[in-house]
Parts: sequence; structure tokens; C-alpha cells
Amino acid sequence: MTSYILRRLLVAVPTLLALIVLSFLLMEFAPGSPFATERGIPEAVMANLEREYGLDRPLWERMATYVWGVVTQFDFGPSFTFPDRSVNDIIAQGFPVTLTYGFWSFVVAVVVGVTLGAVAAIKHNSALDYAAVGVTVGAQVLPNFVMAPILVLIFTLWLGWLPGGGWRGGQVEYVVLPVIALSTSYMASIARITRSSMLDVLNAGFVRTARAKGLPAHRVILRHALKPALLPVVSYLGPAFVGMITGSVVIDVFFSTGGIGQFFVNAALARDYSVILGITILFGALTIFFNLLVDVAYAWIDPKIRY
Amino acid sequence: MNRTTFLSMASATAMLAAGAVQAADVPDGVTLADNQTFSYRELDQFASIDPQLIEGVPGSHAARQLFEGLMNQDENGDLVPGVATGFEVNDDNTVYTFTLRDNARWSNGEPVTAGDFVYAWRRAADPATASSYAWFVELSGIVNAAEIIAGEMEPDALGVEAVDATTLRVTLTGPKPYFPLMTTHTTLFPTPQATIEEHDDNWLDPENIVSNGAYTLSEVSLNEFWSATKNPEYWDAENTVIEEVTSYVINDTSQALTRWEAGEFDLLEPVPAGTFPRLQEEYPDAAHSTPRLCSYYYTLNQGEGGPEALKDARVRRALGLAIDREIITDRILQGGQTPAFSFTPDATSGFSAPEIEYAGWTQAERDEEAKRLWDEVGYTDVNLDLLYNTDESHRQIATVISQMWSQKLGVETTLENQEWSTYLETRRAGGFDVARAAWCGDYNEASTFLDLLTTGVPQNSGKFSNEEYDNLIASATTAENPQEAYTAAEQVLAQEMPIIPIYHYANSFLLDPTLKGFPMNNVENNWYVKDFYRVAED
Amino acid sequence: MADATIDTAGLPQGKARSLWADARRRFLRNRAAMASAVVLVLVLLFAAFGQYLNQWSNEEIDWEMLGMIPEIGGPSLSNGHYFGVDETGRDLFQRTVQGTRISLAVGIVGALIAVLVGTAYGAVAGYVGGRTDNVMMRFVDLMMSIPYMFVLILLLVIFSRSIVMLFVGIGLISWLDMARIARGQTLSIKNADYVEAARAIGVSGGTIIRRHIVPNLLGVIIVYATLLVPQMIIFESFISFLGLGVQEPSTSWGALINQGAANMRNGTPWMLGFPLFFFVVTLFALFFLGDGLRDALDPKDR
Repeated sequence: MTSYILRRLLVAVPTLLALIVLSFLLMEFAPGSPFATERGIPEAVMANLEREYGLDRPLWERMATYVWGVVTQFDFGPSFTFPDRSVNDIIAQGFPVTLTYGFWSFVVAVVVGVTLGAVAAIKHNSALDYAAVGVTVGAQVLPNFVMAPILVLIFTLWLGWLPGGGWRGGQVEYVVLPVIALSTSYMASIARITRSSMLDVLNAGFVRTARAKGLPAHRVILRHALKPALLPVVSYLGPAFVGMITGSVVIDVFFSTGGIGQFFVNAALARDYSVILGITILFGALTIFFNLLVDVAYAWIDPKIRY
Repeated sequence: MNRTTFLSMASATAMLAAGAVQAADVPDGVTLADNQTFSYRELDQFASIDPQLIEGVPGSHAARQLFEGLMNQDENGDLVPGVATGFEVNDDNTVYTFTLRDNARWSNGEPVTAGDFVYAWRRAADPATASSYAWFVELSGIVNAAEIIAGEMEPDALGVEAVDATTLRVTLTGPKPYFPLMTTHTTLFPTPQATIEEHDDNWLDPENIVSNGAYTLSEVSLNEFWSATKNPEYWDAENTVIEEVTSYVINDTSQALTRWEAGEFDLLEPVPAGTFPRLQEEYPDAAHSTPRLCSYYYTLNQGEGGPEALKDARVRRALGLAIDREIITDRILQGGQTPAFSFTPDATSGFSAPEIEYAGWTQAERDEEAKRLWDEVGYTDVNLDLLYNTDESHRQIATVISQMWSQKLGVETTLENQEWSTYLETRRAGGFDVARAAWCGDYNEASTFLDLLTTGVPQNSGKFSNEEYDNLIASATTAENPQEAYTAAEQVLAQEMPIIPIYHYANSFLLDPTLKGFPMNNVENNWYVKDFYRVAED
Repeated sequence: MADATIDTAGLPQGKARSLWADARRRFLRNRAAMASAVVLVLVLLFAAFGQYLNQWSNEEIDWEMLGMIPEIGGPSLSNGHYFGVDETGRDLFQRTVQGTRISLAVGIVGALIAVLVGTAYGAVAGYVGGRTDNVMMRFVDLMMSIPYMFVLILLLVIFSRSIVMLFVGIGLISWLDMARIARGQTLSIKNADYVEAARAIGVSGGTIIRRHIVPNLLGVIIVYATLLVPQMIIFESFISFLGLGVQEPSTSWGALINQGAANMRNGTPWMLGFPLFFFVVTLFALFFLGDGLRDALDPKDR
């Protein structure tokens, strides 16, 4: 197992390098310049800017310098749109925010989702099942860019319970609405997947046998059914977590949380190459890490899987 | 022989009535609220608050509170003393001498000297600073600015010198009667050399920053908020009422409106498109609409990439006449915008709009003339690509105009909406037939608009080129009364219609009614929190 | 024992009830699923023939309405604006018809691409295993670690915006999850007795994937695919929210809902209500249909 994890981590290095090269090439082809403005900057000024940020040098040289800076000093370069900030500064500010509400969303989505899904499966075709299915479908159907303004309307304007946005270092009242808006659809997906695979498991031979032996229902479920039923859920968790962090775009736009999603969208729209690259690499590393985590969890749940 | 301009005389008078104009002008008998804070919403995060690097509105709003330039603007947009108490100018408007007040201090207690301005202006032009606003120094016409930006001269060759600690002399390449207006722009604000040299890129962090405005930065959280508190070292601190300024970044306009209604902040500008009538009804004390120094227009591509049809002035005129501007201002935007028939907004100081013939017609008459011109040219099957950047109100306007053209002239349009960077690139490269564009004056004078349509200027993306027009604009710089040339130039535009002016902006906003002192008539939307005060609620 | 095993054992079909006949029987018994199917057919009919139901087109502006939309722009039978007008005075009924077409197309085509590519890819990776699996899944990791937002923006920007580009972009990104799920399932299936048995009697890898792995993935695939169609539709709406959706005068549910939500407080509830109604009802129906199909197709659920 240890050697497997080490091997996977080793593979991560070329993966990230490939990611950098790919991103560089994509950006090379994208039209638009980070310095473009409505006014149209005079050529001499543009030349100064391009020299300052090294855009006058050939692609391979920029790429090499960049990789060298990342590897040797963990330096992701200066931001193009924030002239007095580096990419490191931006990630240092935005990422903890995203991670915080991403983590809580994840917890809420998994706990509520699994519970709801399992209960629905156990009480298959009961009123409870239908209610759970209805709620999860509803939760999944409402786009979060419709839900976010409605939440603010209700909790901020009408009830006056919670602030309509901001972060203020992650005080509880500022975290609640973003977590609700972000976790709902993932919660619904997890509930549906849990319900579906739980139904499969409950009908499988070994559970029937256990039941036939007269074991009490809750023991059957907890000891035999839940673990295998969670397999598909686990494979969904990796993408779900990364999805929540990228999905923070809508959350950041609506709740002004100052998270990484907002920086990424702005950077992509403004062609802030170094911020795009920095965040891309960050997301890349996270994805690789969470997928590895998922695979390890898989092996732990299902000992039949060999690596 | 020096003469004192009218402007500086006005300033000198203003100075005598100390406190009356420069700081919060609280009338007698008003009860001030206990809570003297001011908060406002900003659409985007500022890229920087380094005066020389600022680009965009959020940065300049912030810098106006944190720093102070030679001159400020009052509630009507007229000049009032800032760090300078006044200035003198030579006979041909090329050498300006500013007198600085001796009690202006940085937030660390050091005096603000002429040398700080010299340092800042050189810094703005220096290629090593790589400021995207370096062009502003060039635009202001200071001697050698262009050469320094191009790297042909050293920054210390810039035509600005500190005669002594309180005397700043600026030499211009040509006459520029409106130069003092340009000193209210953030690029020409002073910056503290010692602090910048000590902290480099980190000098703007709240723990390092040294500034000379009425407020000092206390906290910044990108894409969330920033806040500042009153600067006790500011020369007019005792007349500054508001203690704390906070600015929230809220991208989504509807969301911002909900939060304003929940009382989270005082000022929301602009309000979401189409909501102004409702807000005016619901919040009559808070909803305001004031003219802005901006024009919204469509550029018609007459260059190589453009269609043959648009090279014919009659076609351009027909397209311009067929647009019913009142539908756009009164029924779509509904925020106090005014129909535009000239490129330069009427609100521009000193500018008198020419008698434009078609402006006085009814829309039916305009439509008739448009059809007549169209038939005269005899084009059929014209299909135009209409380029605009992604935005709700641009979309609505494009939709309505395309229908007007199609119903009145039979011109089909293909709407092409692109996100901002791509749109700019496409427009710059001339990859459009018709493109939405807008311009806000860099300073309050007609040339900031009219210069854009002269031959070869990068912003002239429609590649309009007209000798008569170019000559008129060139003559205006040296003319005794440039306004005549501007009016004549607008006449040329009305005939040639290289661009179709659609409307002049209004700033429709919501301001908490207890907050007073907001400059309602400043068309450049430059405001100084030091002039505000909050009254107690009845 | 599962039907699939009986099938490969080569027993005559008549002796076992056919998988699909059983499925149909079970599906027809499921009231929620049947109701959903009816709803979906109605939505499809609406998309196909709605344009003939009133005199307006999706781009024509009703000039009378402009400027007074909150007062007189609401739904009305008399002037033919059954759903009212949008904020530029265009008939919302026709715009909803048109949006329905685009959104359904995006959902179905996108999900189809994702399911086909993802299942095949994941099943092969999981079944073959070893180095191939490693390489294939690292490629998926690589693709997944490219933030999809950026890929889409680039695609839509570089190849200029079009509906085809939207399909390709969405499809390209969304097969990745499917591939991972299919692989995960394959990993646990491939050690099952019947697969080992088939392998022991010398059935080729391709056949095993086709005959054993994929049919056994079907339950999960269908559940996921029914999650996917609405996800594609939601995804499209997100792209519209970012302003990168279809070009005017074309529209989609996402674009309409987004515009409606922006006008939520302007006294024009129909602008959000009607598109959102179609959006929600269709997605509900898709979800219940998926559940019904899952129950029907799952041979273990007797």
C-alpha cells in the first residue's frame, strides 16, 4: 500500500508538468491581452508592460522560467492584473476561504446526503422514501445562482438574521449561507447515489442471508450493507470535493466571500496568465490528491480490490 | 509676465473662506449622528491603490480618500485647492507654477513637498514602473513624457521641478489650458519615496502604507472589502467629520441592491438596469440620478475589415437616424440617461452642443429621412455583425436596435456578444461591422472625447478619417476659444456619422438619506468622503 | 442468479423471462415514472410545436409594451402573450419554446457523449487494469485537474460561440466523472464469480466487457445518466450565467432564468416563473424517469 501511494505521488509530478504545458499552450491561443482596456494602450506603454512581465520572450523560455521558479522557490510569479500582488499572495488570501466553506459544505453534503439516501433506501417505496426523493430532486433542480439570491432575500432582507455577504475571517454567520448554497446540489447527488447503491446492496445475496439468519435490521445495515453501499459514493466524493472548490465561482460572486473562485473567473476573463496558471496548478494538485485519497478509501472499503 | 487665471483666483477666494469649501460643510443647526461612518459598494476589486498604477474606477475612488493631489473638485466638479493652494500660469499656457500649502503632511508626520510630486510623476512615466496609465502623463503634455515612456530619455528629464519645498513648476510641450483639471486624476497624486523604497511592492499593505489623504488604510481583503480610518495628520482633519470608510466588493448588482435594502451600506451606484423607476417610488429620499461625463455609442467600421456599405456616409446616417433613442433611454434604461445626438455630452464644462438638425426632428421624420437615404443608396440584403461585450443592458440595447434596423430599413443584424478581453481584441483588430463602445472623459473638457475620432488614434476602431475634422481638432489646442472648433467638429460628426451616439450616461444611485455632502453635480463622479457628514435621524 | 449469467450460459431464451420484457412490465407499474414520461412527452411536444400556438416570433419586439412591462407586460390570452413579455418586450412564450429546444438538445447530446465515451473508457480501464489502467486514469486525472471553467471559456472564445461548441465542450468535460465511476464499478465487478468463470472458459476481453461488465454497469450508468441530463442542463445555465451561452436572439432556459432572476424584484414574476417552471418540471420528470428505469432495469430487484 505504501509503495502504491508513493508511486502515485511520483506520477503526480509529470502530471502537473503536463498540466502546466497544456495551460501555457491554451493561453497562448486565447485571444485578448491582460493589459487591454477600453482605451487601448499606446504601443510604447504596452511594450514596457510586456517587458516587465516577460511577455516579449519566446514561449519556451517563459515556460522554463516559470517552472524553474515554481520548483526552486515555490514562486508562482507576479499577478498581471494586481500589479502589487504576487500569485502566492492571492492564493494565500483566497484559498483558505474557499477551503473553509468547501470543507463545511462537504461535511454537510456527505452527512445529510448519506443519511437521507440510506433512510430512503431502507424505507423503500414508503412515504418517507418519496419525500426524500422529492426533496433531493428539488434540491438538485434549483440552480445555485437562483438559490443564492433567494437565500439572501429571505435571510438578509426579510428576516434580517444573517449578513448577505462578506467573510470577515470566516465568522459563523458569514459562512452559513455560502455553505447552504454550495452543498445543496452535492447533498442531493450523494443522497441519490447512496439510495441507489443501498438498494442494490440490500437486495444482494449476503444481506438477504444475514437477514434470513434473523439478525436485527439495524445491525445488518450498519455491519453489512452500509460499507459496500458507500463504494459508488466514495468514488463520487473526489470529484465532488474538487467540484465544490471550483464551484465556488457562483458562491464568491454572490456572497463576496473573497474565495479563490472569484479570482479564477476574473483572471480568466482578464487573461491574468499567472493567476490562471497558479490556480490551475493548485486545482490540479488538489484533484490528484483527492483522487488518490478516493482510491485508498476504495481499497480500504473493498479488500477485494488489488493494486 | 505672469497672469493669474480666473481659476486660481477662484481658488484663492475659496481659500479665504477656510473650511467652507474644502471639508464637510455642515450647516448650522444640524444634529450630527453619533455614528459617523460611510460605506459603499464597488462592482469590482481594485487592481491597485498605488496612485501611479491605478486603473479603473474602484482604485480611483479608494485613492481619492487615501491620497490628495494638487487640486480637488467640489460638488460641481469645479477646482478647489488640495495640497496646492493655487497656481499661476504664463501667457501661452505652457508653464504652470503651483504653490503647495506648508501644513500638508503624510500620515507619518513628514511634510508633503513639491519633491514628492516630482518623484511621483517621474515614477508614473518611468518604464521600470510599467504603469498602464503612463499614457496619462503623456496626455497631460509634460515636457519629455513621451520620450521617457519610450525609453529614449531618463525619468529625471521630465518637465517638472521642485523650485523649493512648496513650489512646483510644470513645463508643457504646448498650451494646455485645462492642465490643472488633470491634476485631480490619481496618476498625478504624490507618493512617498522613502516608504516605497523601503517596502517595494508591499508598501500599500495596511501596516506599511504612508498616505497624505484624509484617511489611512486600515484593512484590505481582496474581493471582499477594504476600510480606512480618519488620518489625524491630514491638514484639514479638524473639519473632517466621517471617521471611517468601508467599501464592499459585490459583483452581482441585484445582490448588491438587496444588501443595500437590508441596510448593509450607504451608497449603491449604479442601481441595476431597469430598477430605477421602482426604486424612485419606494425610496424617494435615497434614489438619485445625475448626469455623467460619458457617452454610449456604436462605432461603424469604415476600415478594411468593414463592409462596403458602411463606407457610404448616407448608409451610416440612415442607420443613425433609424435608432429611436428615446425608446432606449425612457423605456429600456429608465435611469435618467439622455438621448445623444452629439458625441460630447452636454454636461461637459464649457461645451455647447451644436444645433444638430436631426436632433430637433420627430422620430417619424428621422425614420422617413433614413428610408429616403436608404432607398437612394439602394442596398438590399445588408447583414451587419453587431459586436458588444457581455452585459445585460448592452444585450437589451443591441436587441432593440437590431429590431429597429430590421423593421425600418430591412437591415439584418447578427448579434455577437463576447466577453470583455475578447471583445476588446476583436474591436481593436477591426473584426466587426458595428461595435458597441462607450467613453468617459478623462478630464472635464470636450477634447477628451473628440480626440478619439481623429485619424490614426488607437481608440478610433472604426477607422474614421476626415481631414476637415482632424484640422478642427488640431486647431482647438492653440485656439483662443477652442469651443468653436469643438462645435464645428460635432457638426462634421453629425453629417458623416462615423459613430452613432446613442445616449449620455446618468449615474443612478441609492444613497442613505442621512448621509449629506455628496457631490450631486460632479459629472466625473469624483467624490471625497472628507466632504460628507451624517445627520441624526429625526 | 442474474439474468446475464443465464444468457451467457446459452440457455434458450424462452425459459427465462427476458430482461427487457421484465423491465418494461416493472416500468409500466411505476406510476411516478409513467407520469414523468408523460410530462416529458408534453415538454417535447411543446418544444416541437409551440411556435405555431401564437402570432409572435421569438425576436419580434412588441413596442407597445416597452417601458410599461411591469404594468401591462404580464401573461394575457387576449394579446397572445400567454407568458407575458421579457424585459425588451419580446414574447416570452416563444422565447420559452426556443429555450426549451436548446436546453433539451444540450442536455441530451451532452449526456450522450459523456455516457458513451465515459462508460467505454472507464470499463476498459477498469477491466484491463495494470499499467493501461494507470495511464488511462492518469489521463483522466490530468483532464480533470484542468479547471473546466477555463477550458470552456477558451473553447467558446477560440472557436467563436456556437451551439455545437457548447455540446463538444460540455461533453468533453463531463465524460470524466462517468469514466471514473464506470471504472470504480468495473473494479468490483471484474472479480465477481461470473466474470472469473467467463475468463476461465476463454472468453475474450472485449466480449467480457461488452457482455458482462457494461450490462452490469447499466444500473449505475442509467442513474448517473439521468443525473447527467439535468446536470448538463444546469451546466448550460451556469454558462449562460457567466454570459457565455448561446448568442441572441437564441436563448436557453438558463439564459431566461438568469434574466428572470435579475428581474425578480421588478414586479415581473412571469419572467422567472415560466422558464423556471419548465426547467424544474422537466428536471423533476427526468429524475423520476431515471429512478423508474433504474428500478425496472435492475434485475436483482424483484
